[in-house]
Amino acid sequence: MSDPTPAAFTGAAPVPAGRPGRGKPSPTLLIGAALVAVVVAAALLSFFWTPYDPVRASPGDRLLGSSAEHLMGTDRYGRDVFSGILYGARITLLVGLISVGIALLIGTPLGILAGMRGGAAEEISMRAADILMAFPALLVAIMFGAVFGAGTTTAMVAIGIGSIPGFARVARSGTLQVMSTEYVLSARASSQSALRIARRHVLPNIAGVLVVQCSVTFALAVLAEAALSFLGLGTPPPVPSWGRMLQESQQFLGTFPALAVWPGAAIALAVLGFNLLGDGLRDRFDPKLNGEAGR
Amino acid sequence: MSEHLLEVKDLRVSAGERTLVDGFNLELGTGERVGLIGESGSGKSMTATALMGLLPEGVSAAGSIRLAGTDHDLVGARDSRMQRIRGNRMAMVFQEPLSALNPLMRVGPQVAEVMLKHRTVPNRRAAAAKAVEMLASVRLPDPAEAARAFPHQLSGGQRQRAMLAMALANDPALLLCDEPTAALDVTVQRQVLDLILESVSRRSTGLLFITHDLSVVASICDRVLVMNNGRVVEEGTTEQVLTRPAHAYTRGLLAASDLEATDSGGRLFTVASAAAYVPPKIVSPPRRGTTTGTTTATRAARPTLPDASARTDHPAPATPAEQPDRGRGAGAVEPLISVRDLVRTYRRGRTSLFGAPAEVQALRGISFEVAAGQRFGVVGESGSGKSTLLRILAGLDQPTSGSVKVAGNEVAGARENELRQLRRELQIVFQDPMGSLDPRMRVRDIITEPLLLPGESARTARHAERAAEMLRAVDLPPEALDRFPHQFSGGQRQRISIARALIGEPRILVADEPVSALDVSVRAQVLNLLSDLVDRYNLTLVFVSHDLGVVRHLCDNVVVMNQGLIVESGPTEQIYEDPQHGYTRTLVASSMSLRSEMAGRAMDSREEVTSQGEGQ
Amino acid sequence: MGIRLLINAARFAVTFMVATVAVFIFMRAVPGDPAQIALGVNATPELLAETRAEFGTDRPLPVQYFDWTLGLFRGDFGTSYVTRRDITPLILDRVQVSLILVGLAMAAALLIAVPLGTLMAVNHRRISGILLSGLSQAGVAVPGFLAAILLVVVFAVGLGWFPANGWTPPGEDFGDFLRRVFLPVLALASVQGAILTRYARSAVLEIMSEDYLRTARAKGLGRTEALVKHGLRNAAIPVLTVTGVQLAALIIGAVVIERVFVIPGLGSLLLDAVGNRDLLTVQSVVMVLVAITLTINLLVDVLYTVLDPRIRKKA
Repeated sequence: MSDPTPAAFTGAAPVPAGRPGRGKPSPTLLIGAALVAVVVAAALLSFFWTPYDPVRASPGDRLLGSSAEHLMGTDRYGRDVFSGILYGARITLLVGLISVGIALLIGTPLGILAGMRGGAAEEISMRAADILMAFPALLVAIMFGAVFGAGTTTAMVAIGIGSIPGFARVARSGTLQVMSTEYVLSARASSQSALRIARRHVLPNIAGVLVVQCSVTFALAVLAEAALSFLGLGTPPPVPSWGRMLQESQQFLGTFPALAVWPGAAIALAVLGFNLLGDGLRDRFDPKLNGEAGR
Repeated sequence: MSEHLLEVKDLRVSAGERTLVDGFNLELGTGERVGLIGESGSGKSMTATALMGLLPEGVSAAGSIRLAGTDHDLVGARDSRMQRIRGNRMAMVFQEPLSALNPLMRVGPQVAEVMLKHRTVPNRRAAAAKAVEMLASVRLPDPAEAARAFPHQLSGGQRQRAMLAMALANDPALLLCDEPTAALDVTVQRQVLDLILESVSRRSTGLLFITHDLSVVASICDRVLVMNNGRVVEEGTTEQVLTRPAHAYTRGLLAASDLEATDSGGRLFTVASAAAYVPPKIVSPPRRGTTTGTTTATRAARPTLPDASARTDHPAPATPAEQPDRGRGAGAVEPLISVRDLVRTYRRGRTSLFGAPAEVQALRGISFEVAAGQRFGVVGESGSGKSTLLRILAGLDQPTSGSVKVAGNEVAGARENELRQLRRELQIVFQDPMGSLDPRMRVRDIITEPLLLPGESARTARHAERAAEMLRAVDLPPEALDRFPHQFSGGQRQRISIARALIGEPRILVADEPVSALDVSVRAQVLNLLSDLVDRYNLTLVFVSHDLGVVRHLCDNVVVMNQGLIVESGPTEQIYEDPQHGYTRTLVASSMSLRSEMAGRAMDSREEVTSQGEGQ
Repeated sequence: MGIRLLINAARFAVTFMVATVAVFIFMRAVPGDPAQIALGVNATPELLAETRAEFGTDRPLPVQYFDWTLGLFRGDFGTSYVTRRDITPLILDRVQVSLILVGLAMAAALLIAVPLGTLMAVNHRRISGILLSGLSQAGVAVPGFLAAILLVVVFAVGLGWFPANGWTPPGEDFGDFLRRVFLPVLALASVQGAILTRYARSAVLEIMSEDYLRTARAKGLGRTEALVKHGLRNAAIPVLTVTGVQLAALIIGAVVIERVFVIPGLGSLLLDAVGNRDLLTVQSVVMVLVAITLTINLLVDVLYTVLDPRIRKKA
């Protein structure tokens, strides 16, 4: 009925406008994924095996250097540092997962709502995000610590709440872009409900930037947890956490600096891993949607 | 002419392994105007960028480019040497005038900068004065004011004028234009083209004009090069190439561009059916008298058009007598679409804390009717309100006042579930072939979306069957169902859009500029398909476009919109042949068809004493 | 422009008021009676009642709230329930220290970040650009207190060039102030600099692909010339956004650095107050921090308007 040859076979078919980064993963992505994998492996390993009980003090073995028995030496109570690092990975991941989870689950719907509804809903949720922005994660954590006492749970919840605005903003700007497309207009012209549009069109299309935001927020959460533990507002002793190990090492800086090196390196590598992973993923997803990622 | 202004020999542009332009040769004389025609991906823009020495990183050029007055080859020249040439001996005007100007810098200093850089003016003050002079020479209404403005404060046409002023500031010997009017409205396009033509003629500037639009080439170029897939497939004088094309690709392009020619079945020619196409003959039009003078003079003889942005007079609303007639045999039947006194006002963000927010009147009281089976065109430029009208017709927006009835359903004040019925009867095909398909969904899910009922899960057997059927109807292979949009070309994506619109068996199809983003060769195919489907499914078509040529081919009735009002309406041919309203006349005079431009050329070339065509 | 400023000032006020309510409610949710905490478990009921009256905590909550907020506007934060000292002079003193520390650090960070980020963007395909980029990634990953500890180990403990800790106000002994402020500023600036460098890099990278830079090149401007004349001001807008956000976060984030270097900043005051369960002081410091954050946001917005003519028109 129409042309003898379908369009598929006439003229110069333009190069398929492939989405960027569908090919080989970038080195950034690979290194990031590898570092994250190491942290995850360490945490998993600590459930089954650590060379020593990371909590038990052994006064005879205080402040030993690296050796075959103690890969990373021992601290001032004679606890094995390597075991502490393995166990600390668990705390780090736990805090990261829960706080990112809180921020994702609260921030994303808020952002989508703001982006889809506009008007008063948008104004209110964005003002709420503004108010939250005035309370950085660390400040929220300190306030929580003041009221509920220090602890891992307090830290996780506080960091999570502090990270909500970032997710809300990223979700909102992504949603605004998706809502302005003709495919959403077309869905609305087919009487699809707002809920269905959110599920079928908005979520899949902003999933990429959300994943990036998760990765970046995870890195920030690791840093925040370390800082809180360092200040004595995080995981309470004797459970080993990287930040507190670093804090405890402070008084031995002049005499035994190796004690600071291991937890410091652990934190830095974990943060680096999540940041690189985020960067790598960002390059892989639609570049148009990454406007405000990383806030 | 002994010495050529520009001599390009065997230019080759490649990105790594890929060759983008291959074996490009060009000799361009002083004051000569050459057109470089090609569709997207043909390598035409790469060629221009290579001439300027501004290829992006990772793309390299080989061969030789020589410009008169420079003693070295431009290929492989050091950037410091190229810097002395760019903006001075050779200048360029780009496609998108908004992004090509620095948003944070006033227009005047941006024009002055190019003169200061090449020290063609003694000092800043002289540069500023000269900049205003240049802005005046491109006929910006208030040049001093324009010099003080930021780019976002100017209209699209004004920005492109400023770009031209910048390019001509140092009186270059060669001007490169890369689709300078593609982003502009029809009426503005004509003005800018006339301005370019006049400017280069007066200064004897050589012009290399890059475009996809054959009628534009016909209107301003002496000679034409046709590019396809990085190679020049045909070259010759404009007459020669456009009337006696030798290469099959050129013929196909020409056939597909000519909206006034149809085959025996009344359908547009496509690349595939181009063999039967007869290119336009040059017959000098009788209506133009014996004008004397140069090309420029002839151009000036066209009705002079006020700049669209400077228009202050509001067009008068159409009188009731001008209401469109009922179309073919509609008789006393109730119209399928009926719009009465439709007004839509938007509130803009507050600019004052206390006063009422500013109001934008998108639609200022329009009325029309569309009978069942009619092919109804809506023509207007940007800001005419045609998009707002379309959204209201689809129940995506509410009228501020007035009544809109679509297939018996009133839009004004309707609730969401009342609009459901309306939307079953009316579906839209959108403009942007990429943006109208969700990149993360498979074609199967895209096409069947209109069938989804509330609470129903996707992908039932019934849906799959319908999807396959629709895909056949739009001539796409069945395996397309499981692919993603980015795996298709623009024309194919538009077919998918059409399939999605028709799957729910609507009675009305609204097409919003469905071919304006497509290459010419694909455009004809999509238009033919649309036309076939309208007949096959007994659809009523509402076709929204800025392009009079397309509307003229497709529609039997048309309304012309301008600034929120219908200024004229009636049968398409009547509007075309005998426009009554001033705006319609302007629009008809501005819109360019291949045939009218060729006819214009015939006049011009007969009048020109010296032959500029160099041949090969 | 004036309208935009007015609207933002109004938003500032609303946000601040909502924050006072939130902080007040949150702090009063704490189980425990300030009088009881101040006096200890063995206090007699009479003494408790007397102390409550003295603190004003026997009045209804809304009254206490208005009393507190009115005090905030007068610059009177009240008397600490724990130390029984006036909070206002304490906060004023600490705010100065924090602002000096963070201001210097942010200025240093920008001085590092803008040229370095631009350099990285311009050379993003070359080895030098990639190496610098990797270095900045590593810099972002180092926690501030780790950087501080390392600096102390090397420059204070090892080389002995700078004192390991302490603070001298600049008005007292400027030379000593400089010696003491150097390491903490360096610690803050290196980490912040790394973060800002990455943003500067991506901002410049984005600008480099803009059409108007191509136009500038087509006018005959050199690569660097075009970037400096047309690119940097455009790139400044996103960098400004991040600087504002980072600056606000740093006022409190500097607390870890204050701990390492024993600097009497606002963060240390807050932490001490938390340790002493001195809730009124916590409340007051938090509100000061919120006010500073909001002020920074407001200033950033004013700067936008100066930088970008497109915003001036819009409300």
